[in-house]
Amino acid sequence: MSKTSRTIVTMPATAKKGEILEIRIIVQHDMESGFRHTETGQRVPRDIIRDFACTYNGVEVFRVELHPAMGANPLIIFTTVATETGTLEFKWSGDNGYASSTTSTLTVT
Amino acid sequence: MTIDRRTFVMGAAVASLLPALNAFATVAEGTQAVDKILAGQPAKVGRVTLEIPPLVENGNLVTMKVSVQSPMTEADHVRAIHIVAEGNPLPNIVSFFLSPRAGRAAITTRIRLGDSQRVRAIAQMNDGSFWQGDAATLVTLAACTEV
Amino acid sequence: MPPSIYTFQRNALSQTDEASRSNKMPRVNSTNWVGQVFLSCLLGFLAPLGTLLPHKALSQVDPVGVERQSSYMLMSPDTKAMQDEPLLNPATFAVLDGQLLWQELAGKKNQSCASCHGDASVSMKGVAASFPKVNAAGQLLNLEGRINECRTQHQAAPAFTFESKPLLALTAFVSNQSKGMPITVERTTANETALASGERLFNQRMGQLNLSCAQCHAERSGQKLAGNPIPQAHPTAYPIYRLEWQAVGSLERRLRNCMAGVRAEPYAFGSNEFLELELFLAWRARAMPLESPGVRP
Repeated sequence: MSKTSRTIVTMPATAKKGEILEIRIIVQHDMESGFRHTETGQRVPRDIIRDFACTYNGVEVFRVELHPAMGANPLIIFTTVATETGTLEFKWSGDNGYASSTTSTLTVT
Repeated sequence: MTIDRRTFVMGAAVASLLPALNAFATVAEGTQAVDKILAGQPAKVGRVTLEIPPLVENGNLVTMKVSVQSPMTEADHVRAIHIVAEGNPLPNIVSFFLSPRAGRAAITTRIRLGDSQRVRAIAQMNDGSFWQGDAATLVTLAACTEV
Repeated sequence: MPPSIYTFQRNALSQTDEASRSNKMPRVNSTNWVGQVFLSCLLGFLAPLGTLLPHKALSQVDPVGVERQSSYMLMSPDTKAMQDEPLLNPATFAVLDGQLLWQELAGKKNQSCASCHGDASVSMKGVAASFPKVNAAGQLLNLEGRINECRTQHQAAPAFTFESKPLLALTAFVSNQSKGMPITVERTTANETALASGERLFNQRMGQLNLSCAQCHAERSGQKLAGNPIPQAHPTAYPIYRLEWQAVGSLERRLRNCMAGVRAEPYAFGSNEFLELELFLAWRARAMPLESPGVRP
């Protein structure tokens, strides 16, 4: 497992009010499905991210429930409407107490 | 007790079908998962487009895009999109939950597909109705692997 | 399961290196033992003629009559896009990890890579593209070996284990500094023995399937193996995020997979055989641009 688990968010820094923005987010996580076996035949236990939520100035605007069939280093490309200037927070949570959060500011004109 | 040849051959023929029956079992599991989401409601075919490459080089990371025709207004929007597999060890792949704040119901992600199969997308609208779409894909195995 | 498209029968020729160099290997499908014996005798009789065939000089082992092509060209548009866009490329995380490690003080001498090498985008430009090479002490090293040489000699820190996350991260980071630059491995007086040895290994049959690298990757590149097109096997993108591994891995890891594919006992990580083979492969791919870090199925 990596010591670090980064999130890379790609989204514009500014937008016009009402504009639909595309947000790309990718997080560093092996998403161990629980179906792999070691060379000695032992099952590698499941260890995945289970939830992703995007909040916009505290209001949840998008949520994802992840299952073991989500690929490693989960990538999600989604959209949101630029309503007001503020902070978007991206939260991941999963097995074994995994939790990570990234924020991004958006200026809406 | 001796088994006559005819019975033996019939038995062997049925036994040879068992692996195939396993594959059908996951289609049944997929249907079960969809039924659970629908909870008795019908799912109309249409409005939902699921894009997966028809031929996939490696099932470990398959780019998938799902979009639903919807104005995404307060009155008419997509509440949830569920992606279900018919050929994976587990049927549920991912579920997305949206609101009119999304502007568009179009999401791209990368999933794992264990075998060639049909993948289904079920969209739930704010009025409680369901729409569905699907995509079939061939998953090839990598050449020269660890074992 | 190894794909079994070849139906070579073992015959007298398979034991001889000379005959294995010839382009056309006879495909013996006959299960009739009389036919086999006759054919073996005939071929055994003809085998010495193999020595009369012009031996390919070192400069002529590039795919015959075929332009050199990176395995990138054989990938689907989706996978190509995954490699091209750093924000879609799963190996980007390894590069970022490597960037952090570059600054990290380590070992008894408490030095970081940056302590001596400063800004990697300047000091490491073109470096990965020049490996494997022979060092001042006459030792053949690949990039991983060179990083470990710095680790042990200049940082007085323990060497990284092969395929460990830190070593892969540093290799990915350093290789990324040469992205787009041509591979500059040439034949020199220092490396020519190792290079010839690497060429021999490339042409040598191995494993239960009794296949050499050349038979698939030089003679049959572009043809299909279990549904996948066979690449020419140029190491232009290492370290790669292999979708099959769901992780970043080195060229040696991939070569071990090749050897497992022909049911041969894989050489050990860091072995002379691998170093010589890597040298030969890099030389064979000379002037091709580096794509590191790549994505491959």
